[in-house]
Amino acid sequence: MIRVNQLYKSFGSATILKDINTSFEQGKTNLIIGSSGSGKTVFLKCLLGLFQPEQGEIYYGKQAFSAMTRNQKKDLREHIGMVFQGGALFDSMTVEENVMFPLRMYSNQNQREMLERVNTVLDRVNLQNANKKFPSEISGGMQKRVAIARAIVNNPRYLFCDEPNSGLDPKTSMVIDNLIKEITSEYNMTTIINTHDMNSVMEIGQNIVFLKDGQVAWQGNASNIFDASEQSVIDFVYSSNLFKKIRGIQQQSKGTT
Amino acid sequence: MKYFKEIGAYFLMLGQVFSRPTKPSVMRELIFKEIEELILNSLGIVIFISFFVGGVVSIQTALNINSPLIPEMLVGYATRQSVILEFAPTFISIIMAGKIGSFITSSIGSMRVTEQIDALEVMGINSLNYLVFPKIIALLLYPFIIGMSMFLGIFGGWVASVYGGFTSSTAFIEGVQSDFVSFHLTYAFIKTLVFAFILATVPSFQGYYMKGGALEVGKASTYSFVWTSVIIILANYVITTLLLS
Ligand SMILES: Nc1ncnc2c1ncn2[C@@H]1O[C@H](COP(=O)(O)OP(=O)(O)OP(=O)(O)O)[C@@H](O)[C@H]1O
Ligand SMILES: [Mg+2]
Repeated sequence: MIRVNQLYKSFGSATILKDINTSFEQGKTNLIIGSSGSGKTVFLKCLLGLFQPEQGEIYYGKQAFSAMTRNQKKDLREHIGMVFQGGALFDSMTVEENVMFPLRMYSNQNQREMLERVNTVLDRVNLQNANKKFPSEISGGMQKRVAIARAIVNNPRYLFCDEPNSGLDPKTSMVIDNLIKEITSEYNMTTIINTHDMNSVMEIGQNIVFLKDGQVAWQGNASNIFDASEQSVIDFVYSSNLFKKIRGIQQQSKGTT
Repeated sequence: MKYFKEIGAYFLMLGQVFSRPTKPSVMRELIFKEIEELILNSLGIVIFISFFVGGVVSIQTALNINSPLIPEMLVGYATRQSVILEFAPTFISIIMAGKIGSFITSSIGSMRVTEQIDALEVMGINSLNYLVFPKIIALLLYPFIIGMSMFLGIFGGWVASVYGGFTSSTAFIEGVQSDFVSFHLTYAFIKTLVFAFILATVPSFQGYYMKGGALEVGKASTYSFVWTSVIIILANYVITTLLLS
């Protein structure tokens, strides 16, 4: 579990995150949603310690992140998998080497065992026959999947994904969502996903934090997000025409019964 | 004030580079890769420049001797002195600031802007040790480049003056061998090692702490070339004052 207490983050005079209090549960897919620029990426990077918050505390389990020693942080990070919004693949390495990297760093497996594991995860993200290619030689969506494979290859305890399915087609998107959900419960991980994809929200929204202008405007899950009364949540959810139509039908049927 | 802050940040960076080492098996590979990229890939240009500039130095010397009282062997002597003392260690290092230096800054800088450095950090890896340490180790081989440059510079001088008809081969070789002070070589190689350290770390610093996007990577490389050369030239002045005067 990860708990966040009164977190503030600003850049210069711009306050990006204001008084964030929330928690993310173990064994569940936790979603951070919100429109572009609402502070999702900044929030995730604060959780990872890549940005230093001005105020507030983040607890990994019972341990306060800011109170951890360098070695404790390193130990923690061996168990973290992260998918960056832009993939952040090492462009001097092939797909295979990228995915193998965390294993080479932290496991005692031999080359054959590592390769086997790499192929298993690449298979799970639906990526075959790209092992020897470099990141610059594959498509954006493929890069995203390699990044996901790299993040999960070492069975992390904490998995962070910054828009894992942006740039993916709807079908692959769903495959990735389901994969993340599966391994989250399989390994009892604490998974946090940034997204603004409503399909993901419905598919894997076991715990949802809605950010608006750097504040938590609503928290709930996929089954009660459609009943949220906050205008900002309603605007976000019903921004697509499809959902607008569904809402229309729902309200009509409510009106007739 | 800004410069003092940067100098402080540079030394803090060095502290990080030498702490929390990367797994040895991975580090070994990184070092071999850097040797290939920084040392082996620089051989061609160093060979080319050394040979021809050595030639030009000897021709210039020969052309400037028009009194018959000055012995012919001076051409070999002057070529040796300028190649060993300044041309090979300093001039080549400035060229390397352009070649190796901007390569280092742009490769680390693009890792910064595409979040690859953040990715390393998130995995619990000391990114400064991972990125900079192997470059420092690889550049321990830099004196070999400079040694080779010295040899080729003098050889180029010999070729140019003998085949250009300026001196006889014996006179040139006699010049090269006369009044040899072995401390000059020591001095040249001490300089070289200092320059190697500057070449590995200053461009890394420029790349690692850069902000912005792809456009800034290009700017940072240019900036890095300027700073690396300036620091090499200042270091050259300081070392020369300390060791030779
Ligand atoms: N390194 C930075 N320096 C200054 N400002 C930043 C920095 N990173 C982000 N910001 C600002 O913080 C705000 C939130 O950005 P953030 O990247 O978190 O948005 P987001 O919710 O992830 O958006 P998107 O869905 O488009 O990825 C933006 O206004 C952005 O300009
Ligand atoms: Mg973002």
